Amino acid sequence: MWQYYYAGESHLVVELGSTIDLSINSDVHALAGALVALQPRGLREVVPSYRSLMIFYDPLVITAPELRAICQGLMKFKAICRPHQREVLEIPVRYGGELGPDLEQVAEETSLTTEEVVAMHVRRAYAVYMIGFLPGFPYLGGLDPRLSLPRLKVPRTKVPTGSVAIAELQTGVYPLSSPGGWRIIGRTPLRFFNIAESPPSLLRPGQWVRFRSVSGDEYAEIADLVKANRFRPRVVLMDAEHA
Amino acid sequence: MPKFTVVDPGFFTTVQDLGRPGLQQYGVPVGGALDTYSLRAGNRLLGNDDGAAALEMTMRGATLIASGETVTAVTGGKVSVCKNGERVPAWEALHLADGDRLAIGAMEAGARAYLCVAGGIDVPLVMGSRATFLRGVFGGWHGRVLRASDVLPLGELTYVHQTRVGSFVPLPSQARLPAAISQVRVMLGPQNHLFPDDALRVLCSARYQVAAEADRMGCRLSGESLVQNFQTDTISDGVALGSVQVLGSGHPIIMLADRQTTGGYMKIATVISADLPLVGQMRTGDALQFIPVSYEEAIKALQFCEQALHGIPTRALPKRFFHVLLRGENVRVEVSEV
Repeated sequence: MWQYYYAGESHLVVELGSTIDLSINSDVHALAGALVALQPRGLREVVPSYRSLMIFYDPLVITAPELRAICQGLMKFKAICRPHQREVLEIPVRYGGELGPDLEQVAEETSLTTEEVVAMHVRRAYAVYMIGFLPGFPYLGGLDPRLSLPRLKVPRTKVPTGSVAIAELQTGVYPLSSPGGWRIIGRTPLRFFNIAESPPSLLRPGQWVRFRSVSGDEYAEIADLVKANRFRPRVVLMDAEHA
Repeated sequence: MPKFTVVDPGFFTTVQDLGRPGLQQYGVPVGGALDTYSLRAGNRLLGNDDGAAALEMTMRGATLIASGETVTAVTGGKVSVCKNGERVPAWEALHLADGDRLAIGAMEAGARAYLCVAGGIDVPLVMGSRATFLRGVFGGWHGRVLRASDVLPLGELTYVHQTRVGSFVPLPSQARLPAAISQVRVMLGPQNHLFPDDALRVLCSARYQVAAEADRMGCRLSGESLVQNFQTDTISDGVALGSVQVLGSGHPIIMLADRQTTGGYMKIATVISADLPLVGQMRTGDALQFIPVSYEEAIKALQFCEQALHGIPTRALPKRFFHVLLRGENVRVEVSEV
Protein backbone atom coordinates (compact mmCIF):
# COMPACT_ATOMS: atom_id res chain seq x y z
CA MET A 1 0.00 0.00 0.00
CA TRP A 2 1.15 3.50 -0.74
CA GLN A 3 1.32 5.79 2.27
CA TYR A 4 0.56 9.51 2.16
CA TYR A 5 2.12 12.05 4.49
CA TYR A 6 1.74 15.81 4.78
CA ALA A 7 4.94 17.84 4.70
CA GLY A 8 3.30 21.13 5.58
CA GLU A 9 0.28 22.32 3.59
CA SER A 10 2.16 22.67 0.30
CA HIS A 11 3.94 19.32 -0.04
CA LEU A 12 2.60 15.78 -0.10
CA VAL A 13 4.84 12.74 0.33
CA VAL A 14 3.77 9.52 -1.38
CA GLU A 15 5.72 6.64 0.11
CA LEU A 16 5.66 3.63 -2.19
CA GLY A 17 7.73 1.33 0.00
CA SER A 18 10.12 1.25 2.92
CA THR A 19 13.32 -0.08 1.32
CA ILE A 20 15.78 0.78 -1.42
CA ASP A 21 14.46 -1.48 -4.13
CA LEU A 22 14.61 -1.24 -7.90
CA SER A 23 10.98 -2.11 -8.55
CA ILE A 24 9.71 0.36 -5.92
CA ASN A 25 11.98 3.02 -7.41
CA SER A 26 10.68 2.33 -10.95
CA ASP A 27 7.16 2.89 -9.65
CA VAL A 28 8.28 6.20 -8.10
CA HIS A 29 9.51 7.36 -11.52
CA ALA A 30 6.40 6.01 -13.24
CA LEU A 31 4.17 7.95 -10.82
CA ALA A 32 6.30 11.10 -11.26
CA GLY A 33 6.06 10.80 -15.06
CA ALA A 34 2.31 10.16 -15.00
CA LEU A 35 1.64 13.12 -12.69
CA VAL A 36 3.72 15.48 -14.80
CA ALA A 37 1.98 14.26 -17.95
CA LEU A 38 -1.43 14.72 -16.32
CA GLN A 39 -0.48 18.25 -15.04
CA PRO A 40 -3.32 18.67 -12.56
CA ARG A 41 -3.81 22.37 -11.92
CA GLY A 42 -1.90 23.51 -8.86
CA LEU A 43 0.92 20.98 -9.38
CA ARG A 44 4.25 22.78 -8.98
CA GLU A 45 6.84 20.04 -9.28
CA VAL A 46 7.72 16.52 -8.21
CA VAL A 47 10.89 15.23 -6.57
CA PRO A 48 11.40 11.48 -6.94
CA SER A 49 13.70 9.68 -4.50
CA TYR A 50 14.53 6.04 -3.66
CA ARG A 51 11.13 4.95 -2.44
CA SER A 52 8.97 8.08 -2.30
CA LEU A 53 7.75 11.00 -4.32
CA MET A 54 7.46 14.50 -2.92
CA ILE A 55 4.78 16.54 -4.64
CA PHE A 56 5.01 20.36 -4.45
CA TYR A 57 1.62 22.00 -5.01
CA ASP A 58 -0.30 25.21 -4.51
CA PRO A 59 -2.78 24.44 -1.70
CA LEU A 60 -4.94 27.41 -2.69
CA VAL A 61 -5.55 25.71 -6.06
CA ILE A 62 -5.61 21.98 -5.27
CA THR A 63 -6.01 20.22 -1.93
CA ALA A 64 -3.95 17.37 -0.51
CA PRO A 65 -6.97 14.97 -0.54
CA GLU A 66 -7.55 15.77 -4.23
CA LEU A 67 -3.91 15.05 -5.06
CA ARG A 68 -4.06 11.86 -3.07
CA ALA A 69 -7.11 10.72 -5.01
CA ILE A 70 -5.27 11.39 -8.28
CA CYS A 71 -2.29 9.30 -7.11
CA GLN A 72 -4.62 6.48 -5.99
CA GLY A 73 -6.15 6.52 -9.43
CA LEU A 74 -2.75 6.37 -11.09
CA MET A 75 -1.70 3.47 -8.87
CA LYS A 76 -4.18 1.23 -10.69
CA PHE A 77 -2.31 1.89 -13.89
CA LYS A 78 1.19 1.60 -12.54
CA ALA A 79 2.05 -1.40 -14.72
CA ILE A 80 1.18 0.67 -17.80
CA CYS A 81 3.12 3.68 -16.54
CA ARG A 82 6.36 1.73 -16.18
CA PRO A 83 8.70 2.26 -19.11
CA HIS A 84 9.21 -0.85 -21.20
CA GLN A 85 12.72 0.05 -22.19
CA ARG A 86 15.70 1.27 -20.28
CA GLU A 87 17.78 4.12 -21.58
CA VAL A 88 21.41 3.35 -20.73
CA LEU A 89 23.92 6.18 -21.11
CA GLU A 90 27.55 5.24 -21.58
CA ILE A 91 29.91 7.24 -19.38
CA PRO A 92 33.61 7.23 -20.37
CA VAL A 93 35.91 7.09 -17.34
CA ARG A 94 39.65 7.32 -16.91
CA TYR A 95 40.29 5.04 -13.91
CA GLY A 96 43.13 5.33 -11.40
CA GLY A 97 46.22 7.51 -11.40
CA GLU A 98 45.83 11.17 -10.55
CA LEU A 99 42.19 11.18 -11.68
CA GLY A 100 41.25 8.23 -9.45
CA PRO A 101 43.43 8.66 -6.37
CA ASP A 102 41.59 6.07 -4.23
CA LEU A 103 41.63 3.21 -6.75
CA GLU A 104 44.70 1.50 -5.27
CA GLN A 105 43.40 1.83 -1.73
CA VAL A 106 40.06 0.36 -2.80
CA ALA A 107 41.88 -2.58 -4.43
CA GLU A 108 43.91 -3.14 -1.28
CA GLU A 109 40.94 -3.01 1.09
CA THR A 110 38.87 -5.34 -1.10
CA SER A 111 41.81 -7.71 -1.77
CA LEU A 112 41.37 -7.26 -5.50
CA THR A 113 43.70 -5.95 -8.19
CA THR A 114 43.00 -2.48 -9.59
CA GLU A 115 42.12 -4.16 -12.92
CA GLU A 116 39.52 -6.30 -11.15
CA VAL A 117 38.00 -3.28 -9.43
CA VAL A 118 37.65 -1.49 -12.76
CA ALA A 119 36.26 -4.61 -14.44
CA MET A 120 33.62 -4.95 -11.73
CA HIS A 121 32.70 -1.26 -11.92
CA VAL A 122 32.20 -1.29 -15.71
CA ARG A 123 30.44 -4.66 -15.88
CA ARG A 124 27.09 -3.54 -14.47
CA ALA A 125 24.48 -1.05 -15.59
CA TYR A 126 23.35 1.22 -12.75
CA ALA A 127 19.93 2.73 -12.19
CA VAL A 128 19.68 6.46 -11.49
CA TYR A 129 17.57 6.09 -8.36
CA MET A 130 17.46 9.82 -7.82
CA ILE A 131 19.38 13.08 -8.27
CA GLY A 132 20.24 15.18 -5.26
CA PHE A 133 22.95 16.29 -2.82
CA LEU A 134 24.38 18.53 -5.56
CA PRO A 135 22.82 19.77 -8.81
CA GLY A 136 23.11 16.83 -11.21
CA PHE A 137 24.54 14.34 -8.68
CA PRO A 138 23.12 10.90 -9.52
CA TYR A 139 22.58 8.27 -6.85
CA LEU A 140 23.47 5.13 -8.76
CA GLY A 141 22.49 1.89 -7.08
CA GLY A 142 23.56 -1.67 -7.74
CA LEU A 143 27.30 -1.61 -7.11
CA ASP A 144 28.94 -5.06 -6.95
CA PRO A 145 28.87 -5.91 -3.20
CA ARG A 146 32.53 -6.97 -3.43
CA LEU A 147 33.36 -3.28 -3.98
CA SER A 148 31.34 -2.09 -1.01
CA LEU A 149 33.46 -0.01 1.38
CA PRO A 150 32.51 2.62 3.95
CA ARG A 151 32.97 6.33 3.21
CA LEU A 152 36.36 7.90 3.94
CA LYS A 153 36.85 8.62 7.65
CA VAL A 154 37.97 12.16 6.84
CA PRO A 155 36.04 13.59 3.87
CA ARG A 156 38.00 15.53 1.27
CA THR A 157 37.42 19.27 1.38
CA LYS A 158 37.48 19.39 -2.41
CA VAL A 159 36.50 16.63 -4.81
CA PRO A 160 37.14 17.72 -8.42
CA THR A 161 34.29 17.99 -10.95
CA GLY A 162 33.70 14.75 -12.85
CA SER A 163 35.10 12.48 -10.13
CA VAL A 164 33.63 8.97 -10.26
CA ALA A 165 33.31 7.61 -6.76
CA ILE A 166 31.97 4.70 -4.74
CA ALA A 167 30.61 4.30 -1.19
CA GLU A 168 28.86 1.31 0.29
CA LEU A 169 26.57 -0.13 -2.41
CA GLN A 170 26.43 3.10 -4.41
CA THR A 171 28.44 4.80 -7.06
CA GLY A 172 28.13 8.38 -8.27
CA VAL A 173 29.72 11.22 -10.20
CA TYR A 174 30.50 14.65 -8.69
CA PRO A 175 28.92 17.19 -11.08
CA LEU A 176 30.57 20.15 -9.32
CA SER A 177 33.68 20.46 -7.26
CA SER A 178 32.58 20.00 -3.65
CA PRO A 179 33.55 18.46 -0.33
CA GLY A 180 32.86 14.74 -0.28
CA GLY A 181 33.61 11.50 1.51
CA TRP A 182 33.17 8.94 -1.26
CA ARG A 183 36.20 7.05 -2.65
CA ILE A 184 37.34 8.45 -5.97
CA ILE A 185 38.31 5.75 -8.46
CA GLY A 186 38.31 7.75 -11.71
CA ARG A 187 37.11 10.77 -13.60
CA THR A 188 34.78 11.37 -16.53
CA PRO A 189 35.27 14.20 -19.02
CA LEU A 190 31.47 14.51 -19.41
CA ARG A 191 29.67 17.47 -17.83
CA PHE A 192 27.02 16.13 -15.50
CA PHE A 193 25.70 19.59 -14.76
CA ASN A 194 25.64 22.45 -17.22
CA ILE A 195 23.56 25.57 -16.61
CA ALA A 196 23.47 26.29 -20.35
CA GLU A 197 21.63 23.02 -21.10
CA SER A 198 17.95 22.32 -20.63
CA PRO A 199 17.56 20.31 -18.49
CA PRO A 200 20.85 21.25 -16.83
CA SER A 201 21.52 17.71 -15.64
CA LEU A 202 23.05 15.12 -18.00
CA LEU A 203 20.99 12.40 -16.34
CA ARG A 204 17.32 12.11 -15.50
CA PRO A 205 16.07 10.13 -12.53
CA GLY A 206 14.92 6.75 -13.83
CA GLN A 207 17.58 6.49 -16.52
CA TRP A 208 20.46 4.02 -16.43
CA VAL A 209 24.20 4.38 -16.90
CA ARG A 210 27.11 2.14 -17.72
CA PHE A 211 30.75 3.12 -17.32
CA ARG A 212 33.42 2.45 -19.95
CA SER A 213 37.14 2.51 -19.19
CA VAL A 214 39.05 4.82 -21.54
CA SER A 215 42.74 5.53 -22.09
CA GLY A 216 44.36 8.84 -21.20
CA ASP A 217 44.38 9.77 -24.90
CA GLU A 218 40.70 9.02 -25.38
CA TYR A 219 39.88 10.93 -22.19
CA ALA A 220 41.66 14.01 -23.58
CA GLU A 221 39.93 13.61 -26.95
CA ILE A 222 36.47 13.42 -25.38
CA ALA A 223 37.29 16.31 -23.06
CA ASP A 224 38.07 18.46 -26.14
CA LEU A 225 34.81 17.45 -27.81
CA VAL A 226 32.87 18.23 -24.61
CA LYS A 227 34.51 21.64 -24.44
CA ALA A 228 33.46 22.32 -28.04
CA ASN A 229 29.94 21.11 -27.19
CA ARG A 230 30.27 18.34 -29.78
CA PHE A 231 30.09 15.22 -27.65
CA ARG A 232 26.89 13.24 -27.21
CA PRO A 233 27.16 10.18 -24.97
CA ARG A 234 26.10 6.90 -26.54
CA VAL A 235 22.61 5.79 -25.46
CA VAL A 236 21.61 2.14 -25.64
CA LEU A 237 18.01 0.98 -25.26
CA MET A 238 17.57 -2.22 -23.31
CA ASP A 239 14.39 -4.12 -22.63
CA ALA A 240 13.38 -3.67 -19.02
CA GLU A 241 12.89 -6.86 -17.07
CA HIS A 242 10.45 -6.40 -14.24
CA ALA A 243 10.68 -7.99 -10.88
CA MET B 1 18.96 51.71 -18.71
CA PRO B 2 19.47 52.78 -15.09
CA LYS B 3 22.20 51.21 -12.97
CA PHE B 4 23.29 50.90 -9.37
CA THR B 5 26.94 51.30 -8.47
CA VAL B 6 27.79 49.52 -5.24
CA VAL B 7 29.68 51.83 -2.86
CA ASP B 8 29.44 49.47 0.11
CA PRO B 9 27.92 46.01 -0.38
CA GLY B 10 26.85 45.64 3.27
CA PHE B 11 27.54 42.45 5.22
CA PHE B 12 26.09 39.81 2.88
CA THR B 13 24.10 41.00 -0.11
CA THR B 14 22.89 38.85 -3.00
CA VAL B 15 20.45 39.21 -5.89
CA GLN B 16 17.34 37.10 -5.18
CA ASP B 17 13.93 36.53 -6.74
CA LEU B 18 11.39 33.76 -6.18
CA GLY B 19 13.90 31.10 -7.23
CA ARG B 20 13.94 28.43 -9.90
CA PRO B 21 11.23 25.85 -9.12
CA GLY B 22 10.82 22.88 -11.44
CA LEU B 23 14.43 21.67 -11.37
CA GLN B 24 14.59 19.97 -7.99
CA GLN B 25 14.32 16.55 -9.64
CA TYR B 26 17.72 17.39 -11.19
CA GLY B 27 19.14 18.36 -7.82
CA VAL B 28 18.90 22.11 -8.42
CA PRO B 29 17.71 23.94 -5.27
CA VAL B 30 14.83 26.38 -5.68
CA GLY B 31 16.71 29.19 -3.90
CA GLY B 32 15.34 32.72 -3.95
CA ALA B 33 14.46 35.21 -1.22
CA LEU B 34 14.14 33.86 2.34
CA ASP B 35 11.44 36.38 3.23
CA THR B 36 9.29 36.01 0.13
CA TYR B 37 6.55 38.09 1.73
CA SER B 38 8.75 41.19 1.88
CA LEU B 39 10.09 40.62 -1.62
CA ARG B 40 6.60 40.26 -3.08
CA ALA B 41 5.25 43.21 -1.07
CA GLY B 42 8.10 45.44 -2.29
CA ASN B 43 7.56 44.39 -5.88
CA ARG B 44 3.80 44.94 -5.67
CA LEU B 45 4.39 48.37 -4.17
CA LEU B 46 6.44 49.32 -7.23
CA GLY B 47 4.11 47.74 -9.78
CA ASN B 48 6.62 44.97 -10.61
CA ASP B 49 5.86 41.29 -11.04
CA ASP B 50 6.01 39.45 -7.70
CA GLY B 51 9.17 37.69 -8.78
CA ALA B 52 11.23 40.67 -9.97
CA ALA B 53 14.82 40.36 -8.71
CA ALA B 54 15.85 42.46 -5.71
CA LEU B 55 18.83 42.75 -3.38
CA GLU B 56 18.61 40.61 -0.27
CA MET B 57 20.74 42.30 2.40
CA THR B 58 21.60 40.38 5.55
CA MET B 59 22.32 42.11 8.89
CA ARG B 60 23.70 45.31 7.34
CA GLY B 61 22.46 47.06 4.21
CA ALA B 62 24.26 48.32 1.14
CA THR B 63 25.10 51.82 -0.05
CA LEU B 64 24.50 52.44 -3.73
CA ILE B 65 24.56 55.28 -6.23
CA ALA B 66 21.94 55.43 -8.98
CA SER B 67 22.94 56.18 -12.56
CA GLY B 68 19.79 57.22 -14.33
CA GLU B 69 16.35 57.60 -12.82
CA THR B 70 14.54 54.79 -11.00
CA VAL B 71 12.00 53.99 -8.26
CA THR B 72 12.89 51.75 -5.31
CA ALA B 73 11.41 50.40 -2.10
CA VAL B 74 13.13 48.88 0.92
CA THR B 75 11.12 46.16 2.69
CA GLY B 76 11.86 43.31 5.12
CA GLY B 77 13.38 43.83 8.56
CA LYS B 78 13.52 47.19 10.34
CA VAL B 79 16.30 49.27 8.91
CA SER B 80 17.21 52.92 8.35
CA VAL B 81 17.17 54.19 4.78
CA CYS B 82 18.93 57.41 3.77
CA LYS B 83 18.73 59.20 0.45
CA ASN B 84 21.60 61.64 -0.02
CA GLY B 85 22.15 61.57 3.74
CA GLU B 86 18.53 62.29 4.62
CA ARG B 87 16.35 59.76 6.37
CA VAL B 88 13.52 58.43 4.17
CA PRO B 89 10.88 55.81 5.03
CA ALA B 90 11.13 52.09 4.28
CA TRP B 91 8.12 50.23 2.86
CA GLU B 92 7.52 53.20 0.57
CA ALA B 93 8.11 53.70 -3.14
CA LEU B 94 10.92 56.19 -3.43
CA HIS B 95 12.08 58.13 -6.47
CA LEU B 96 15.82 58.20 -7.21
CA ALA B 97 17.29 60.67 -9.66
CA ASP B 98 20.56 60.24 -11.51
CA GLY B 99 23.40 60.45 -8.98
CA ASP B 100 21.26 59.91 -5.87
CA ARG B 101 22.94 57.98 -3.09
CA LEU B 102 20.88 55.38 -1.20
CA ALA B 103 22.30 54.06 2.07
CA ILE B 104 20.64 51.22 3.96
CA GLY B 105 21.81 50.83 7.57
CA ALA B 106 22.24 47.96 10.01
CA MET B 107 19.22 45.81 10.83
CA GLU B 108 17.43 47.07 13.93
CA ALA B 109 14.95 44.18 13.93
CA GLY B 110 14.84 41.09 11.74
CA ALA B 111 17.76 39.77 9.73
CA ARG B 112 17.12 40.67 6.10
CA ALA B 113 16.06 43.72 4.14
CA TYR B 114 15.07 43.78 0.48
CA LEU B 115 15.85 46.54 -1.95
CA CYS B 116 13.28 46.28 -4.71
CA VAL B 117 13.67 48.39 -7.81
CA ALA B 118 11.49 49.35 -10.78
CA GLY B 119 11.71 46.56 -13.35
CA GLY B 120 13.92 44.46 -11.05
CA ILE B 121 17.70 43.95 -10.96
CA ASP B 122 18.39 43.08 -14.58
CA VAL B 123 21.07 40.37 -14.29
CA PRO B 124 20.84 37.49 -16.80
CA LEU B 125 18.38 34.67 -16.24
CA VAL B 126 20.06 31.40 -15.32
CA MET B 127 17.72 28.42 -15.67
CA GLY B 128 14.74 30.75 -15.56
CA SER B 129 15.73 32.75 -12.48
CA ARG B 130 18.01 35.57 -11.34
CA ALA B 131 18.47 34.13 -7.84
CA THR B 132 22.07 33.80 -6.65
CA PHE B 133 23.05 30.25 -5.75
CA LEU B 134 26.40 30.57 -4.01
CA ARG B 135 27.35 26.89 -3.69
CA GLY B 136 26.82 26.39 -7.41
CA VAL B 137 28.40 29.79 -8.25
CA PHE B 138 25.57 30.71 -10.62
CA GLY B 139 22.70 33.18 -10.86
CA GLY B 140 22.56 36.73 -9.54
CA TRP B 141 25.67 38.83 -9.99
CA HIS B 142 28.24 36.29 -11.26
CA GLY B 143 27.01 33.76 -8.73
CA ARG B 144 28.50 35.63 -5.78
CA VAL B 145 27.78 38.16 -3.04
CA LEU B 146 28.05 41.81 -4.06
CA ARG B 147 31.32 43.71 -3.70
CA ALA B 148 32.17 47.39 -3.77
CA SER B 149 32.25 48.90 -7.28
CA ASP B 150 29.99 46.25 -8.84
CA VAL B 151 27.64 47.94 -11.32
CA LEU B 152 24.19 46.36 -11.42
CA PRO B 153 21.92 46.86 -14.44
CA LEU B 154 18.34 47.73 -13.51
CA GLY B 155 15.08 47.20 -15.33
CA GLU B 156 13.33 49.83 -17.36
CA LEU B 157 11.46 52.56 -15.50
CA THR B 158 7.92 52.73 -16.81
CA TYR B 159 4.96 55.01 -16.30
CA VAL B 160 3.40 52.50 -13.88
CA HIS B 161 6.47 52.62 -11.61
CA GLN B 162 6.40 56.41 -11.63
CA THR B 163 2.77 56.52 -10.53
CA ARG B 164 3.67 54.47 -7.46
CA VAL B 165 6.11 56.99 -6.00
CA GLY B 166 4.96 57.86 -2.49
CA SER B 167 2.71 54.83 -2.07
CA PHE B 168 3.50 52.79 1.02
CA VAL B 169 2.60 49.66 2.94
CA PRO B 170 0.97 50.45 6.31
CA LEU B 171 2.41 48.78 9.39
CA PRO B 172 -0.16 45.95 9.76
CA SER B 173 0.65 44.72 6.25
CA GLN B 174 4.43 44.87 6.74
CA ALA B 175 6.52 41.78 7.42
CA ARG B 176 6.11 39.90 10.70
CA LEU B 177 9.39 40.27 12.59
CA PRO B 178 10.80 38.08 15.37
CA ALA B 179 9.39 38.63 18.87
CA ALA B 180 11.08 37.87 22.23
CA ILE B 181 9.96 34.31 21.64
CA SER B 182 8.58 33.86 18.14
CA GLN B 183 5.79 31.37 17.62
CA VAL B 184 6.52 29.33 14.54
CA ARG B 185 3.63 27.18 13.38
CA VAL B 186 4.37 23.69 12.10
CA MET B 187 2.42 20.74 10.79
CA LEU B 188 3.75 17.48 12.19
CA GLY B 189 5.26 15.11 9.67
CA PRO B 190 6.09 13.71 7.22
CA GLN B 191 8.13 11.41 9.50
CA ASN B 192 6.86 12.21 13.00
CA HIS B 193 5.67 8.60 13.32
CA LEU B 194 9.28 7.39 13.28
CA PHE B 195 10.13 9.33 16.47
CA PRO B 196 9.54 8.35 20.09
CA ASP B 197 6.58 10.18 21.70
CA ASP B 198 8.99 12.11 23.86
CA ALA B 199 10.54 13.80 20.84
CA LEU B 200 7.19 15.26 19.81
CA ARG B 201 6.54 16.48 23.33
CA VAL B 202 9.95 18.25 23.39
CA LEU B 203 9.41 19.72 19.93
CA CYS B 204 6.19 21.39 20.98
CA SER B 205 7.27 22.59 24.42
CA ALA B 206 10.98 23.48 24.29
CA ARG B 207 12.38 26.87 23.40
CA TYR B 208 14.99 26.97 20.68
CA GLN B 209 17.59 29.56 19.75
CA VAL B 210 18.85 30.22 16.26
CA ALA B 211 22.44 28.93 16.17
CA ALA B 212 25.38 30.81 14.68
CA GLU B 213 25.61 28.35 11.77
CA ALA B 214 22.19 29.36 10.43
CA ASP B 215 22.38 30.38 6.76
CA ARG B 216 20.36 30.41 3.54
CA MET B 217 20.37 26.60 3.47
CA GLY B 218 18.94 26.06 6.90
CA CYS B 219 18.10 27.68 10.19
CA ARG B 220 20.03 25.58 12.70
CA LEU B 221 18.62 25.60 16.22
CA SER B 222 20.17 24.99 19.60
CA GLY B 223 18.30 23.97 22.74
CA GLU B 224 16.94 20.74 24.11
CA SER B 225 17.75 17.63 22.04
CA LEU B 226 14.68 15.96 20.61
CA VAL B 227 16.17 12.48 20.91
CA GLN B 228 19.05 10.75 22.64
CA ASN B 229 20.82 7.65 21.34
CA PHE B 230 18.48 7.55 18.40
CA GLN B 231 19.48 7.17 14.76
CA THR B 232 17.93 10.05 12.82
CA ASP B 233 19.24 8.77 9.46
CA THR B 234 16.74 7.38 7.05
CA ILE B 235 16.55 6.64 3.33
CA SER B 236 17.22 9.93 1.52
CA ASP B 237 14.11 11.60 0.14
CA GLY B 238 12.79 14.99 -0.96
CA VAL B 239 13.16 17.94 1.41
CA ALA B 240 10.25 20.36 1.67
CA LEU B 241 10.72 24.09 2.12
CA GLY B 242 10.40 24.53 5.89
CA SER B 243 11.16 20.90 6.64
CA VAL B 244 12.27 20.45 10.28
CA GLN B 245 15.01 17.84 10.04
CA VAL B 246 16.54 16.32 13.14
CA LEU B 247 20.32 16.07 13.05
CA GLY B 248 22.31 13.24 14.63
CA SER B 249 22.81 15.42 17.72
CA GLY B 250 19.04 15.54 18.16
CA HIS B 251 18.83 19.23 17.25
CA PRO B 252 16.34 20.50 14.72
CA ILE B 253 17.19 22.50 11.60
CA ILE B 254 14.57 24.30 9.49
CA MET B 255 15.40 23.80 5.82
CA LEU B 256 15.28 27.02 3.78
CA ALA B 257 15.52 28.18 0.16
CA ASP B 258 19.08 27.01 -0.63
CA ARG B 259 18.60 23.56 0.96
CA GLN B 260 19.72 20.39 -0.78
CA THR B 261 16.84 18.93 -2.75
CA THR B 262 17.13 15.55 -1.03
CA GLY B 263 18.31 14.59 2.42
CA GLY B 264 18.63 11.61 4.71
CA TYR B 265 17.76 13.08 8.12
CA MET B 266 14.33 12.32 9.52
CA LYS B 267 11.79 15.12 9.10
CA ILE B 268 9.71 15.46 12.22
CA ALA B 269 7.63 18.49 11.16
CA THR B 270 7.27 21.18 8.52
CA VAL B 271 6.98 24.93 9.10
CA ILE B 272 3.79 26.18 7.44
CA SER B 273 4.27 28.43 4.39
CA ALA B 274 2.74 31.45 6.14
CA ASP B 275 5.51 31.42 8.79
CA LEU B 276 8.52 30.86 6.53
CA PRO B 277 9.12 34.59 5.92
CA LEU B 278 9.33 35.03 9.71
CA VAL B 279 11.97 32.28 9.93
CA GLY B 280 13.83 34.10 7.16
CA GLN B 281 13.94 37.15 9.44
CA MET B 282 15.47 35.34 12.42
CA ARG B 283 19.07 35.90 13.42
CA THR B 284 21.56 34.17 15.71
CA GLY B 285 20.25 34.03 19.27
CA ASP B 286 16.58 34.70 18.42
CA ALA B 287 14.24 32.42 20.38
CA LEU B 288 11.36 30.43 18.94
CA GLN B 289 8.76 27.93 19.95
CA PHE B 290 7.05 25.49 17.60
CA ILE B 291 3.24 25.50 17.62
CA PRO B 292 1.60 22.47 15.98
CA VAL B 293 -1.35 23.31 13.75
CA SER B 294 -3.66 21.39 11.41
CA TYR B 295 -3.70 21.36 7.60
CA GLU B 296 -6.81 23.55 7.65
CA GLU B 297 -5.19 26.12 9.95
CA ALA B 298 -2.10 26.20 7.74
CA ILE B 299 -4.22 26.93 4.67
CA LYS B 300 -6.14 29.65 6.51
CA ALA B 301 -2.86 31.27 7.57
CA LEU B 302 -1.62 31.17 3.97
CA GLN B 303 -4.86 32.74 2.70
CA PHE B 304 -4.44 35.49 5.28
CA CYS B 305 -0.93 36.28 3.94
CA GLU B 306 -2.13 36.27 0.35
CA GLN B 307 -4.97 38.63 1.22
CA ALA B 308 -2.53 41.05 2.85
CA LEU B 309 -0.40 40.97 -0.31
CA HIS B 310 -3.42 41.52 -2.53
CA GLY B 311 -4.09 44.77 -0.69
CA ILE B 312 -0.71 46.22 -1.76
CA PRO B 313 -0.35 48.98 -2.77
CA THR B 314 -2.94 50.10 -0.27
CA ARG B 315 -2.37 53.84 -0.23
CA ALA B 316 -1.16 54.97 -3.60
CA LEU B 317 -0.89 58.73 -3.50
CA PRO B 318 -1.77 60.03 -6.92
CA LYS B 319 1.47 61.61 -8.03
CA ARG B 320 2.89 61.58 -11.51
CA PHE B 321 6.10 62.59 -13.21
CA PHE B 322 6.49 63.99 -16.67
CA HIS B 323 9.48 64.94 -18.76
CA VAL B 324 8.82 68.18 -20.58
CA LEU B 325 10.93 69.72 -23.30
CA LEU B 326 11.29 73.36 -22.36
CA ARG B 327 13.25 75.43 -24.89
CA GLY B 328 15.12 72.29 -25.92
CA GLU B 329 15.89 71.35 -22.34
CA ASN B 330 14.55 68.18 -20.69
CA VAL B 331 12.77 69.17 -17.48
CA ARG B 332 11.23 66.76 -14.99
CA VAL B 333 7.83 67.84 -13.66
CA GLU B 334 6.07 66.34 -10.65
CA VAL B 335 2.28 66.58 -10.64
CA SER B 336 0.23 65.58 -7.61
CA GLU B 337 -3.45 65.80 -6.78
CA VAL B 338 -4.29 68.15 -3.93
